Amino acid sequence: MEKRVFFKGWWLPALLVAPQLLISFVFFFYPSGQAIWNSLFLPDPFGLKTEYVGLDNFRFLLSDPYYLASFKTTVIFSTAVSVSSMALGLYLAALADRLIKGAGVYQTLLIWPYAIAPAIAGVLWLFMFNGNIGLASYYLKALGYEWNHTLKGDQAMFLVILASSWGRISYNFLFFLAGLQAIPKSIIEAAAIDGASFWKRFGTIVIPLLSPITFFLLVVNIVYAFFDTFGVIHTITSGGPEQSTTILVYKVFSDGFVSQDLGSSAAQSVILLVLVGILTVIQFKYIERKVHY
Amino acid sequence: MVEKKKSGYWLTHLGLILGVLFIFFPVWLTFVASTVTQDAIIYPPLPMLPGTEFFENYANALFRGSPEGYGAKVPVIKMMMNSAIMAIGITVGKIIISLLSAFAFVYFRFPFRNLCFWLIFITLMLPVEVRIVPTYEVVANLNLLNSYTGLIFPLIASATATFLFRQFFMTIPDEMVEAARMDGCSPMRFFFDILVPISKTNIAALFVILFIFGWNQYLWPLLMTTDPDMRTIVMAIDSMIPTGDDYAHWPTVMATAMLAMVPPVIVVISMQKFFVKGLLESDK
Repeated sequence: MEKRVFFKGWWLPALLVAPQLLISFVFFFYPSGQAIWNSLFLPDPFGLKTEYVGLDNFRFLLSDPYYLASFKTTVIFSTAVSVSSMALGLYLAALADRLIKGAGVYQTLLIWPYAIAPAIAGVLWLFMFNGNIGLASYYLKALGYEWNHTLKGDQAMFLVILASSWGRISYNFLFFLAGLQAIPKSIIEAAAIDGASFWKRFGTIVIPLLSPITFFLLVVNIVYAFFDTFGVIHTITSGGPEQSTTILVYKVFSDGFVSQDLGSSAAQSVILLVLVGILTVIQFKYIERKVHY
Repeated sequence: MVEKKKSGYWLTHLGLILGVLFIFFPVWLTFVASTVTQDAIIYPPLPMLPGTEFFENYANALFRGSPEGYGAKVPVIKMMMNSAIMAIGITVGKIIISLLSAFAFVYFRFPFRNLCFWLIFITLMLPVEVRIVPTYEVVANLNLLNSYTGLIFPLIASATATFLFRQFFMTIPDEMVEAARMDGCSPMRFFFDILVPISKTNIAALFVILFIFGWNQYLWPLLMTTDPDMRTIVMAIDSMIPTGDDYAHWPTVMATAMLAMVPPVIVVISMQKFFVKGLLESDK
C-alpha cells in the first residue's frame, strides 16, 4: 500500500530517518555483525590474540553435551511456559466472555500482572518457595514433601516455569478475550438453536475461529520464554542446580560474561539470532494471512 | 450468552474469582511480608494479614536499605529515580524517532527508501539479549557505561513503534495532505499541526507499553551499571538477596519489590484503555 499524495524533496526525509538509522547501525547492525564475526574466532586464554577457527566454535558447541542439554532445557521450558499460560489465559477469557456484566471488572483484575517485571515475579515466587521461610515449602514439608529447589533440578524447573507463566497469563487472557469477543454472537446462537451444547460449540466453532490468534500467541510466547524470562531464571536459580535451568539465553550470558568464553558465546548468539529469525518469519507469514481475511 | 442457567452463572464467577486469587496471591503475600518484622518471616508460616511495620519497612527500603549484615545496602529512592529516567527516556526516545521516520516513509519518496525501511524493519525481530556481548562492547568503547545514555539508547534501537505509526499514517485519508498542501502548508507544519495531534491515542497506547518495557529492563542495566548509584530498582533487588546461607532482610526486600511493581501497575490501571489498545496492536 502506498500513498498517492506525498511531499517533495529528499533531504528532509533523509534527515527524518537519520536518527533511527544511526541508532540502528550503532546498537544493532554493528553489534550483530560483530557477533557473527567473533563466532569465527577463538581468543587465546589470556585474551592477547585471537585465532581464526572457521566454524569450529559451532562444531564444538553442537557436540558439547552442556550446550545440547541447554537446548533441551529451553525446549521443555518454553513449551511448558507457553502451553500453561495460554491454557489458563484461554480458560479465564472463555469464562469472562460468558458474562454480560462484569467482564470489564475481571479484565482490570486480571491484566495488571503484565506490568510486573519477570525479575520481580521471580523474587515473589522465590519468597514463597524459599526452603527455610517460604510459605509454600513450609506447607509442602507439613504434607511430607521435601522442597529444595536449590538442590533438586526438577523442582527448580517447576518453579521457574510457574513464575514465568504466572506473569504471562494476563497477556494471553487479553488476546483471547479480544478474539472471543470478535466472534459474531449470531453464529453461536444459530448453533445453539440447532441444539449444539456449550462444549460442542466451543470445540467446533470457537476453537477453529480462534486458531489464528492461538498460533500468533504461541510464537509470541515462545519468544517471551526464550528471552524475557532471563530475569526469572537469574533471580530464582541462576541457571542451577547443575545447569538444570540454564536456557539458551542464560548460557550466552554466563559463558560470555561470567566465564568470558567469548568465541563460544558469540557462536551461541548467532544460533539464537537464526532461531529468532525463523520465529519472526513465521509470525509475519501469519500477519500477512490476517491481512487477507 | 446463550443459555441462562443459574448454576452456570455462578460457576463462571467462581472460576474467574479463582483465577483472580491465583494472580493476586503472590503479590498479597509480598505485601504482607513488607509490613511485618523479620522475625515474623523467618519463623514460618507467615501470617495472612498485614502487620504493623508498614511505615518502618518502607522508610527503611526507600532511604536506608537493609540493616547492617543482610546483603547489599541499597536505599531504593535513588534507584526508582534511575528506573524512571530510563523508562521515560526509552519511551520518549522511541516515540520521537519512530514518529519522525514513519512520517518520512509514508509521506515522502526518497532514494533508498525501501532499503532504509527494510533495515529498520529487521531490527523489529532481535531482542537486545541476543546481541548482548557485542552491544556491551560498543557501549563500553563509547565510554557510556554507568550513564543514562548507555542505559537508554541501545534499547531505542527497535522498530516496533515505527511500524505501528506507519500503519496508522496509512489509514489517514489522502485528502488531508492535499488540503494541507493546497493551503501552502510545509511538511513539518503538517507533521506538528495535523499528524501528531491525530496520533494522540496511538502515542498514548505506545507510551504505556514502552514505559513498562523500559521500567522492567533487567539484563541490560545489570551489565551496564557497576556504579551503585546508577542501578535501577528492578535489577538492584537481586543484590539484596544474598546467596548461600546468609539471610536476606526480607521485610526490606519485599517492600522494595512492592515499590518496583507499583509505578508500572499504576500506569497500566490508570491508562487501561490505551494499554489494551497498545498491547493488541503492537504485541511488544
